[in-house]
Amino acid sequence: MLEIVIFSTLNGILYGLLLFMLSSGLTLIFSMMGVLNFAHASFYMLGAYFAYTLGMHTGFWPALILAPLLVGALGALVERFGLRRVHANGHVAELLFTFGLAYVIDELVQMMWGTVAVAYREPAYMREPLFTLFGTDYSIFRGVVILISILMFVALWYLLKKTRVGLMIRAALTHGEMVGHLGHNVPRLFMGVFGFGCALAGLAGVIGGPIMSTEPGMAATLGPIVFVVVVVGGMGSLQGAFYASLLIGLIQTFFVAVNASVADVVNAMGANLDPYGELGRISLATLAPMTPFILLVLILIFRPRGLMGELEP
Amino acid sequence: MMLEVNDLHAYYGKSHILNGVNFAMQEGEVVALLGRNGVGRSTTVKSIMGEVPPQGSIRFRGEEIAGMPNHRIARRGLGYVPEDRDIFPTLTVRQNLELGIKNTRKPGKWKVEQFLDMFPNLARRADAPAGVLSGGEKQMLTISRTLMGDPELIMIDEPTEGLAPLIVKQIGELISEIAKAGVSILLVEQKLSIAMDISHRVLVMGHGQIVFEGTPEELREDEATRKEWLEV
Ligand SMILES: Nc1ncnc2c1ncn2[C@@H]1O[C@H](COP(=O)(O)OP(=O)(O)O)[C@@H](O)[C@H]1O
Ligand SMILES: [Mg+2]
Repeated sequence: MLEIVIFSTLNGILYGLLLFMLSSGLTLIFSMMGVLNFAHASFYMLGAYFAYTLGMHTGFWPALILAPLLVGALGALVERFGLRRVHANGHVAELLFTFGLAYVIDELVQMMWGTVAVAYREPAYMREPLFTLFGTDYSIFRGVVILISILMFVALWYLLKKTRVGLMIRAALTHGEMVGHLGHNVPRLFMGVFGFGCALAGLAGVIGGPIMSTEPGMAATLGPIVFVVVVVGGMGSLQGAFYASLLIGLIQTFFVAVNASVADVVNAMGANLDPYGELGRISLATLAPMTPFILLVLILIFRPRGLMGELEP
Repeated sequence: MMLEVNDLHAYYGKSHILNGVNFAMQEGEVVALLGRNGVGRSTTVKSIMGEVPPQGSIRFRGEEIAGMPNHRIARRGLGYVPEDRDIFPTLTVRQNLELGIKNTRKPGKWKVEQFLDMFPNLARRADAPAGVLSGGEKQMLTISRTLMGDPELIMIDEPTEGLAPLIVKQIGELISEIAKAGVSILLVEQKLSIAMDISHRVLVMGHGQIVFEGTPEELREDEATRKEWLEV
């Protein structure tokens, strides 16, 4: 039992950190530019595939740096030559643009890398155990992923709180036009933030790919969950996205790990449900993929502005 | 010429707000742009900054700036303090001032400390989020922030609106200070009040056009214009 709790907590945190790496970029882009980027998870997928291909030539560590940079540059180009032009036609046009972009990227990935998963793995030495608890190994790679995520967030925090560019970004979150009146190039700032958000998503792909499997459906699997994180956290709130990422990461992981059925749970709360009935025999693990969306529905009913958001979606 | 506006038109959707605005400003001049609420004074300064798409000609130091992105206009030396006093509420007072600087490697003639000395209320809250400031303090902060970018011409939209007489007096002093530093000022106001002592010239706007141009004394004597276009 204790073993399950400890490992599920670790895995839930790791999954939550990956979710935050995606949702932080998405929420920054949304609150600054008003664009809900449907293609965000596609940049995450590109990160994994780029790292796979680059890694065959350069090895894991250089690919860890190069792949997110490449994804970020691609994101910046998409903003500069796509979104910026579409922007003139309003938010619906932007939404449709990113929607189309997601499909284009998905198709391109299938054309280039095929429709089945590629063998993107962490280096062999990182598969060794970092520590062993109750006879179960925790790999070095998972430790590295957690470490990279934490370093990334410290860097993000530093950028936003301590640098001049960060001040401009935070100012533009509420008063973009005014930042421009002061002589700062806001369109360039938007391009930078979009590219940076995509690079973060790419980084999540590079370190998440070996854990979650690098296949053409990975964007479609994670994309909706990232949106749930942003809504549950509160549209535009980084802090909210952080809590929601960890919350959803932990809930989903625990549902998978706990060996119990719906009947076990409700009967433990005093109900009397037939453990072999249609509903009672469903295991919690099969419900796991649904949990983020149940949370989404509950949040929209009971707290529409999300955990920390000021706006209603 | 510092600023020349020729046959400026502007629209909100289908409604035609500016209907051929013409005026010019000399180097170092302080000009008041007066008029009743809703006549298009804010729209005039907004279209000069490109916030509302302008039609017609706007020349700054002889160069056409109509329709340029606002940061490029600002970098040419045009400062703008909008009427909603858009301070950055989550940034501290000091950070607000620092963001006014356009180029950190080329220090300008205005310094953060100078404004903190001038306004003890801002100094006391220098490291607090600017969102907590009072209306008057926010007004001091926005004007100071725009000055940090060393504008050659500053357009200030209704700085005294809704503020107590004592604060209005302080703002008048700040504006005199700016004029003394040789910065040209386009001051948007409703009535003659503070504009009277400071302005060299007065423009009165009515229905999207300039309907009077003269010195403050000339406006004071021109009762017909005042009755028709200013007083309620
Ligand atoms: N964003 C807007 N959309 C539509 N109409 C507007 C908008 N802003 C101002 N107007 C209209 O344009 C006219 C001029 O407004 P404005 O330039 O703000 O006047 P002033 O600053 O002289 O009070 C007014 O009739 C106002 O109702
Ligand atoms: Mg106005």
